[in-house]
Amino acid sequence: MTHLPAHEMTATAAPKGRRSGGPRRDRSGVWGVGFVAPHAVGLALFTLVPIGIALAMSLHDWPMIGTPSWTGFANYSSLFGDPTFRTALTNTVLFVVLYVPLNLVVSLGMAAWLSPKIRHRQIFRVIFFLPTVTPIVANAVVWRMLYQPGGAIDATARSFFGIEMPDFLADPHWAMIAIVVMSVWQGFGYNMIVFSSALDSVPESQLEAASLDGANAWTAFWRIKLPLISPSLFFATTMTLITAFQVFVQPYIMTRGGPGDSTVTLVQFIYNQGFTFQKLGLASAAAWILFVIILGVTAVQFLGQKKWVHYE
Amino acid sequence: MSDAAVRARGPRSLRSAIGYALLVLVALLFMSPLIFMVGTSLKAPSEIFSTPPSLFGASLQWGNYSEVFSYAPFARYLVNGVVVATTGTLITLAVSALSGYAFSRLRWRGRTATFTVFLATMMLPQEVVIVPAFVLMRELGWVNTYQALIVPWAFTALGAFLLRQFFMTVPQELEDASRIDGLGQLGTFFRIMLPLARPTLAVLAVFTFITYWNSFLWPLVIVNDVSTLGTIPLGLQQFFGQQGTQWHLIMAASVVSMLPSTVLLIALQRYLVRGIVTSGLGGR
Repeated sequence: MTHLPAHEMTATAAPKGRRSGGPRRDRSGVWGVGFVAPHAVGLALFTLVPIGIALAMSLHDWPMIGTPSWTGFANYSSLFGDPTFRTALTNTVLFVVLYVPLNLVVSLGMAAWLSPKIRHRQIFRVIFFLPTVTPIVANAVVWRMLYQPGGAIDATARSFFGIEMPDFLADPHWAMIAIVVMSVWQGFGYNMIVFSSALDSVPESQLEAASLDGANAWTAFWRIKLPLISPSLFFATTMTLITAFQVFVQPYIMTRGGPGDSTVTLVQFIYNQGFTFQKLGLASAAAWILFVIILGVTAVQFLGQKKWVHYE
Repeated sequence: MSDAAVRARGPRSLRSAIGYALLVLVALLFMSPLIFMVGTSLKAPSEIFSTPPSLFGASLQWGNYSEVFSYAPFARYLVNGVVVATTGTLITLAVSALSGYAFSRLRWRGRTATFTVFLATMMLPQEVVIVPAFVLMRELGWVNTYQALIVPWAFTALGAFLLRQFFMTVPQELEDASRIDGLGQLGTFFRIMLPLARPTLAVLAVFTFITYWNSFLWPLVIVNDVSTLGTIPLGLQQFFGQQGTQWHLIMAASVVSMLPSTVLLIALQRYLVRGIVTSGLGGR
């Protein structure tokens, strides 16, 4: 999954104003096709063909070994009747609802705190950004150790505050919260960089005008800065939502979906159906449902942006 | 400086000093998981879950790091990771530079339509194609091979998009001049345009490398034989093996697994920040 700024997603128009003429004009059609061919063929074979297969799969009973048989929409309807699928869906939505707002608040807060006035600002930026580039598996493994009974969190609480901590990852009430906390830790640095650069580009003149009008720093932030960086907020919210729905590695490494199935997410459900139970049709149908959810959420974001996003 | 200004500076600078101390504290707290990771990687197994908690054991067990390489074929994982990430990055750069140029500076029929298809694939989550991509790999006989780890993800559309954005900013006059100097289409691309694109290519290379290096779901699906084809994220799992969880080894292995991205981040921070801001690279 790749990401690009929302405002550029629609910029498909060809560059205009290109000077034509010259002897190469008639030949550049050949060159163009030649230059694009390696990438286009690869993309067709390894992305477009699988998309086609995925569509077909979701409409078949498609075992790992053996012949697929057509079932129409049976995979989809059986998913909606499947309690495991509904649990995975609920867990994923719970993760999104907890993770996305927390991520945005923390990243925006840290971006505002790390203003250009802060000394060694760049060092702090690198520190908070670091876990977004290190392997998620390694990050998750470290947190799995911290969360253990007798691990760093528990041991600290017991020896300094005399409090016994729950077994975070084995307690169904705590497991998802533990995963969300770890995910915010590892993920917010990305949005922090996005917000930080946006805040830097807020014109000084606007802030001076506000302070002449008697606005304090707090009001200036909410009334001036926030509306001015609303395109970045929109971009970050949309991207964070999309990636949050695809959460997989953190729960897979820390809990394997447990305890019980209290932290099984949609992607783990897809993985289990496809590669553990070898029901490829069911797995594909679940993947398309995930895609439709992501598409729907993104569409809602785009429709809602008129109300709060201000492009200059 | 007026008296009033001098007086105002006192409490304000005190306040900012407290604020700064608080920021340092937050940064330390944020880093504490990583600090614990490094500390644990140097502990003896018996000292790991101690109460009260300790950062370091009685002595630094540097031997843990060599044990990582004997307990599991960790050297193999590292080599695999480097081979897969490097090859994947090179393919991505090559095809993206060519297509990005075709999408921005060349005229051909179906250009807009093709580019729209490219963009559309970027909105699709990887999970949708993972199951059918596995079946495709099986048809090609690629299950449990290097090419399966590398090739399917080397043609994602992001690179074309980035390079197109860049090439569109290059003045047409440069290309015209190179033609007047007698360079053909290939000469213009390789001698004039490609060198200009170096910064963009560098950003794309770093993010592509890191994405391959960190990738987990696809290797989990396509690799059967972790001891020969495992990459680092798959390999880390092996330390949860039959002989119980080897926390000191897992932490040492994690430290090693984080080194390449950490070094790249520190060395190229300004480029990476620009890459994120201008193109949304690297989000997950």
